[in-house]
Amino acid sequence: MLAARLFRRALPVLRQARSYADAASGAPQMSFTFASPTQVFFREASVKQVDVPTLTGVFGILPAHVPTLQVLRPGVVTVFNDDGSSAKYFATLAAESLSLSEDRRQSLNILVSSGSVTVNADSSVQLLAEEAVPLDQLDVTAARANLEKAQSELVGTADEAVRAEVQISIEANEAIVKALE
Amino acid sequence: MSDFTIRLKSIKNIQKITKSMKMVAAAKYARAEKQLKPARVYGTGALALYEKADIKAPEDKVAKHLIVGVTSDRGLCGAIHSGVAKTIKNEIANLTGSGKEVMVINVGDKLRGLLHRTHGKHILLNCKEVGRKPPNFSDASVIATELLTSGYEFDQGSVIFNRFRSVISYKTDQKPLFSNDTVSSSENMGVYDDIDADVLRNYQEFALVNVIYLALKESSTSEQSARMTAMDSASKNASEMIDKLTLTFNRTRQAVITKELIEIISGAAAL
Repeated sequence: MLAARLFRRALPVLRQARSYADAASGAPQMSFTFASPTQVFFREASVKQVDVPTLTGVFGILPAHVPTLQVLRPGVVTVFNDDGSSAKYFATLAAESLSLSEDRRQSLNILVSSGSVTVNADSSVQLLAEEAVPLDQLDVTAARANLEKAQSELVGTADEAVRAEVQISIEANEAIVKALE
Repeated sequence: MSDFTIRLKSIKNIQKITKSMKMVAAAKYARAEKQLKPARVYGTGALALYEKADIKAPEDKVAKHLIVGVTSDRGLCGAIHSGVAKTIKNEIANLTGSGKEVMVINVGDKLRGLLHRTHGKHILLNCKEVGRKPPNFSDASVIATELLTSGYEFDQGSVIFNRFRSVISYKTDQKPLFSNDTVSSSENMGVYDDIDADVLRNYQEFALVNVIYLALKESSTSEQSARMTAMDSASKNASEMIDKLTLTFNRTRQAVITKELIEIISGAAAL
């Protein structure tokens, strides 16, 4: 009898807390910052995907993309929002930086890059463009006119520096025309 | 009495001038502050890589330092220029004390004036015509270009500028600059995929321009707000002086009149 009582007291009823397993942690959100020196388009926003034109090709960046650094070339940036809508921007060199002398820029290679994109390990993306405009603010007829003018200028001049500048504006205008069509 | 009138007139003129300078500075400040908002997002975005990858220059290997001091050409703005100059002088003293080589780039004539007598041999470049118009991205890229073509291979650097906090306060702040070697040999950089030397070089150059741009924007906003406060207190001091002088002037005038009256009356009484 005594033994039984002792035995019962010695064994406390073990209560185990039981609960559901933790839900799988949600896919990492992409904190997207897209800015030019004079304007901020996205600031730590959560978006689904960003398409970025870089020197090595067009990148599509989704959340949990492997970290990387890239340099932009003039072209169209497409941002796909969480709700499915998309917004397009044209990222390019600022007009003023074209006034830097050609050989200076060649040696530094600032010529072709119009910005940079950084994807970090914590899934934050910083897209910095020297100048960016929403695509709907660009006029296709004006772009075509500029393109023709630049092409005729290229034929007409032999000065290296001027040729290179004209080359950039041709590339930029071609990209604009292609994007707007 | 006439010197009172001369003094009063000149102080009144000075008060008019400081008042108008204050209003001009207020207008420029409003514009600069508006442009600072996107510039800040842009600048912090540019520095995000260095913060997130926690890039630090290895302490022992760093031998060549670069300091970019950002001020402007014009004075009458309180302690803006002297604050930056003091920080730079301290940095130079620390670094040369531990045997490192330091070179300074002056953005703004005022900084050159403050540094060239005592630290002339540390000056690498001077930039003038700063502060007349609001700074833009191409100014920053010109400075960065000159820096990169100057031939000074630095291992680590910093940009020293006045960070804007509010209308009445600013603080001298530093942002780091890293060399290509430091970045590529930093341990966390291995995480970043698909980077070759060319891409990294371009990226670094662009980041350099961005940091300088941020420093220019913050510095110009701080300078305009400081000039506004300085001119405001100058106008207040001038009004105080005018009040005091007017009182003494009136007292003197009344004393002279009283003296003449007494002379006339005593003269008449003597007759």
